[in-house]
Order: sequence, then structure tokens, then C-alpha cells
Amino acid sequence: MTAPARALTVSESATVHTVLAVPGMHCAGCMGKVERALAALDGVTSARTNLTARTVEVVHQSEIETPALVAALAAIGFDAQPREIEAEPVSAVKPLLAPLGVAAFACMNVMLMSVSVWSGAEGTTRSLFHWVSALIGVPAIAYAGRPFFASAWKVLRHGKTNMDVPISIGVTIATGLSFYETLSGGAEAWFDGVLMLLMFLLAGRVLDAMMRDRARSGVDALLRQVATGAMVVAADGTTRWLDTKSLQPGMLMRVAAGERLAADGEVLRGQTRLDQSLLTGESAPVQAGPGTLVHAGTLNVDAPVDVRVTAIGQDTALSEIARLMEAAGQSRSKYVRIADRAARLYAPAVHTLAGLTFAGWMLAGAGWYQSLVIAIAVLIITCPCALGLAVPVAQVVAAGALLKKGLLVKDGSALERMAEVDRLLLDKTGTLTLGRPVPDDVALDALSAPQASVALALASHSRHPLSLGLVQALSARGIPAAILEDVREEPGQGVTARWNGLSVALGRPASAQGMATALRIEGDPVRVIPFADRLRPDTTEALVWLEALGVESSILSGDSVTAVAAVSHATGLTAQAAASPADKQEAIQRLQNAGRKVMMAGDGLNDGPALAAAHASIAPGSASDVGRQAADMVFTADSLLAIPRAIRVSRQTMRVVRQNFVLAIGYNMLAVPLAILGHVTPLIAAIAMSTSSLIVVANSLRLAGEAK
Amino acid sequence: MNGVAFMLPIALGMGLLGLVAFFWSLKRGQFSDLDGAAARILIEDEEREP
Repeated sequence: MTAPARALTVSESATVHTVLAVPGMHCAGCMGKVERALAALDGVTSARTNLTARTVEVVHQSEIETPALVAALAAIGFDAQPREIEAEPVSAVKPLLAPLGVAAFACMNVMLMSVSVWSGAEGTTRSLFHWVSALIGVPAIAYAGRPFFASAWKVLRHGKTNMDVPISIGVTIATGLSFYETLSGGAEAWFDGVLMLLMFLLAGRVLDAMMRDRARSGVDALLRQVATGAMVVAADGTTRWLDTKSLQPGMLMRVAAGERLAADGEVLRGQTRLDQSLLTGESAPVQAGPGTLVHAGTLNVDAPVDVRVTAIGQDTALSEIARLMEAAGQSRSKYVRIADRAARLYAPAVHTLAGLTFAGWMLAGAGWYQSLVIAIAVLIITCPCALGLAVPVAQVVAAGALLKKGLLVKDGSALERMAEVDRLLLDKTGTLTLGRPVPDDVALDALSAPQASVALALASHSRHPLSLGLVQALSARGIPAAILEDVREEPGQGVTARWNGLSVALGRPASAQGMATALRIEGDPVRVIPFADRLRPDTTEALVWLEALGVESSILSGDSVTAVAAVSHATGLTAQAAASPADKQEAIQRLQNAGRKVMMAGDGLNDGPALAAAHASIAPGSASDVGRQAADMVFTADSLLAIPRAIRVSRQTMRVVRQNFVLAIGYNMLAVPLAILGHVTPLIAAIAMSTSSLIVVANSLRLAGEAK
Repeated sequence: MNGVAFMLPIALGMGLLGLVAFFWSLKRGQFSDLDGAAARILIEDEEREP
């Protein structure tokens, strides 16, 4: 094709797919709004939202640019970012769905044959049914059993064992025996039992994977809320937005007030204060001027500054923390999950039992063939069908209940470790406290209604942290914003405007003591609103609850001794202050060496190594990327009650898991004597298997209402 | 026996049809947004003209 013709097709009718992340979308109403707003644009063919991934896929003409789509969503109040293709998460559920489908199909059809055999089909009819069963069953077992065979082979090669080893052995031997029976025209084939077993086990795996997928997409949605990038000023004075990955040393970043630095650098122009609490835990902002070295992740509080990038990515101050975290995560990866611990005891026990049965029948004078068939019946009846469901069903139900309370559980192992915790270390800034300035209630009460609405209107024009705090507090009180004219924000000074002909301003108070802002309205006295970082709501209640759970708590903070002492006094907790990331990790190590199971609650980059080293960890949704990724659970609500709730639900979950084990094994116990005596038929195996699975599922569902 | 020869392929064929339908829907992404599928029924078409 010639070049002009190709250019023509592109400009006329090329449709492109764009995927946007919309983290704020969480209900049917949002989905409808997003889809309608995008579809209303000229040149958009279709827009389809995905609520699970919090994304929208837009099919549109190529002349519409991505920023236009983002702007359309911004107009209806949704933040959106183009989704990077390589960031597409791999679903853990998808590879298991096809084996589950095959197992379910084959199980149903083979069961159809089996029912006829059980009801008395004989001779050639029975033989025909067995052959049809084998024809469906053998390929289906080979396909649907692959996830188990692969996992069993992997651990066996390293000389270990897990739940998949007895499953694989049972499945293989039972299939082999059934095939032999079919060939020799025997009376009993077990294809239906094997397929049912695989179906139940795969259902358990799918549930487990669903929980991980759901938590990960939740965390991904939180991560995408943070714009990672910087406004870069070129040599000719033009500015453009670059994402973090495209930043290069030597570039000049212009960092507005309220923005986080995307890279390490040196301040070139401007005077400001920087909030380094995510990095160091220190709550008081530090002064920065020309020549000050600044770090990625710090928040610019006061005024815009120009920063020369000195280091990016691996070279930043963060790499030190990343190195500590890598070392810290190793102890946790050694944790053996409860199902595998159970398998360590269970697998040798059932294999010994089957071996003894075989030996017993041989001694009793039965033939090779009969002894082998009975031994295999023992293996099949003890195959851990309900055991495969015992853990995932309980954990999925609990994770679902916690999600409704704003707690994201990363995976099932998190619930298992969280249940064992008996010691809690809390970071101060951002974890025990909200980590953001909150205006004083008394000062807000003192404002008249018009004053408050002017303050809200002024604050809404600024991205300064104090303004954001003021907007949040006043909006929560249901105050409407006044209508202003001539709004202007002067960096470092505040916002000025005209309201009903009067000049109004929100800015730095004349005598700055701590954090405060001053509201000036022409003709009125100046109103000073003090700000402070407050304790999270329900802190006292949460600490009482933790004590009732037998968890000893204390503060582990990187902030200065005086700042920590104030919070320590308010909460009655002992505290360690001025701890570096390595100190925090060491404190946890010391406690764990003394036999305590330590839980870490923290949000900052400086908490990363501690979060990774602790037996279990939790981070608030406002935490740094590092904190959220290192933690086992993330809580999105402000209330500190999330922490005791997480521990209590985890313990309840493990109680139900243990009950499930007892129920599942107990059921097997009843059937095992029958099997050893040689009375178990495929019919009895099928009934035992499905009933014990149903009981386990029903018992787990009791957890649904537990996360109160 | 004649009945079996007749019914067996029908039963298997229907089951196979279900399996094929499941794989088809899997491939078409019908299982990629289960939460959204549940919520979608509640979307109101405000802009629909009578």
C-alpha cells in the first residue's frame, strides 16, 4: 500500500483502544456515569467499564487524544490515568478456570454412567459404560490434574512434601486401577470419584486465587491514585509533565505546593518547608532552600521550588530501604501454611495405613489383586478432598467479610500469620495518627456560617496540605462554598479573592506558631485556625480491644522524642522514638528472637523493612507505595479499630479452619474402617466425598457475618 | 441397548456443548469482571428518551 493511502485511513477511521484506570469507581452508579460521559464524546465508539480492575476500556477514533478522555472524566468528578500496558496484572484465577470447567463437565457425565452402573447395569452394558467413562475420564484427569501434578513434582524434587503429593498419588493410582478394571471387564471403576475430587480441589484453588486477585486489584487501585511524575522545566522555559520513569539526572523539576517529589535532587530556587514524615517518620516539616538536598517521596508543604534531579530509581535514598526490605522478607517466606503443615502429618499417615492394609490382606491370604484393590480404596477414601476446601473456603469468606469493613487481605497466609500475633508495634505518624493536618474543632465552631463558607471556598483553590485538611473538615460539616471572584493563589502566602465586594484571604498567620492558617475578611477580625496531626478516631477503644485480645502494644517511631512523648502520653503506650529503618527492623528481630509473634502497623517508607520483617503487618490506605506493598493487609477507613478487627477475624478464621480439619478428617475416619475391611464401593466414596465437602463449606460460611 | 446407543451420544453431546459454551465465554472475557457484571444490572439509563 502506498504511503498517502495509509495516511488517509489513519486520519479518517482508525479506531484505537485506550484503557484508563479509574480508581474512584466503585458502584453501578459510577459505572453508568463513566460509560455515559465517555460515550457522549464525539468519536468515541464505545466505553466499557471493568469494576473488578477499576478500569474503563474506550474504543475511539485516533484523533481523540487520551487527555480529552481524562478531562471528560474529570468533569464528572472521576480521576483517571492511562493504564500502562506492561502493568497489566496476571490473574491467578484464569489459568484455573479451564481445568475446573473440564473437571466439572467430565465429572457430571461420568457420574451419569456411574449411576447406571450402581443401579445394576451388568455385562456388556456395564463394560460399555466403563469404556465411555474412561474415554472421558482419562484425558480429563490428565488435563484437570495438571496444577496438582506440577506442584507435587516441584516439591518432591526438593525432597519435601505438600498437600498436592498425596492428591497426585491418589489420583494417579485410582485412575490406573480404574483403567485396568475397564480393560479386564471388572466390576468397579473410580473415574467419577477421581473427577469429583479434582473438581472440589480446583474449586478450592479458584477461591484462594480469587481472594488474592481481589486484594491485588484493590491495592493496585490505591497505587494508581498517586500521580508519580514531575513537571519538568526545559532550558527554553517550557514545561511538560514527565512520569517518574522518564526523569533523568540533570533535569529541572518544578514542584508545586502539595506535591510529592518524584526523584532525589537539590533545591535550586525557592524557599519552602518539606514534610518528610513518609521517609523518616518525623512529623515537623523541615526548612529547605537553595542548596538543600531533598529526597523522593517528601511532600512540598509551602511554596513551589525548582529542584535539579540528582538521582533516580535505583540510586535514590530509597534503594537503601529496598535493600533492607529484601533481607527482611526472607524470614516470612519460610512460613509454612497450615494446609501444608497438615499435609506433612497427613500424607505419611494415610500412605502407611494403605501399606499396612495391603500387608494385612496379603497375610490374611488374599491375592495380590484383591489386596491391591482394597489398599487403593483406602487411599481414595482418605484423599484430602474436604481438606482441600477446609482452608480456602474459610479464608475467602473471612476476607470477603473484612473487605466490606474496608480491610484488604493480600492472601490467605496473611490471615494465618495474623492469627498468631501477640505483640503489636505501631508507627506514630500516619498510623496511630492520621498523618495529615486536621483543623481544630473549637476554632471551626467559632466561625460564623458565612465565614466558614468563605474559608471553604478559599481553601478549595489551593493544594496546600492545610487547605486540603480545611476543605475536608468543612465539607464534612455540610458547609456550602461561597461564590468568590478574582481568586488568586500566591505561592507561600495563601489565597486571596473578592467576596460580595470585600477582599478576603486565607494565608499564613502573622505570628506562626506550629501549624495554623489565618482567615482574613475585610471588616472582620482575623481568625486563626490552628492545625494538628490528630490521633485516629477510636484509638482508645482499639487499644482496649487489643488488650482484651491479649496483644501487647507499643509505639515504634522515627519521630523526635518530644513529638512521640506527646502521643505516648495521650495513648498510655510505651514508646521508642527516633528509630531509623534499621533500628525498627532490629527491634522486631529482638522481639521475635525472644519468641514473640510481632505485628507491625506502619505507613512510611521507613517502615518498609519493619513491615516486611514482622510476622504479620498492616498499613493504612494512605501509606506510601512501599508500605502498602510490604504489608499483609491494608485498611482504607480512618478508624484504628481496623487493627484489632483484623486480628480477631483472623483468629476466628483459624478456629473455623481447625474445625474444618476435624470435620473432614473425622468423616474420613468413619469411612476408613470400611475401606480397610474392603467394603467401600465407588458409590460410598462418592457420597462420603461430597457430604464432607458440603459440611466444610457450610461451616466456613458462618464467618460471613463475623467482621463486626 | 438400542436406547442406550441413542441416548448416550445425545447426553455426551449436550454436555460437550456446555463445555464449549463455557470455554467460549471464558475466551470472550465474560469472567473478567464478575463484580461489574453483578453491578451492571443496577445502572440506570437516565438519558433514555420515551
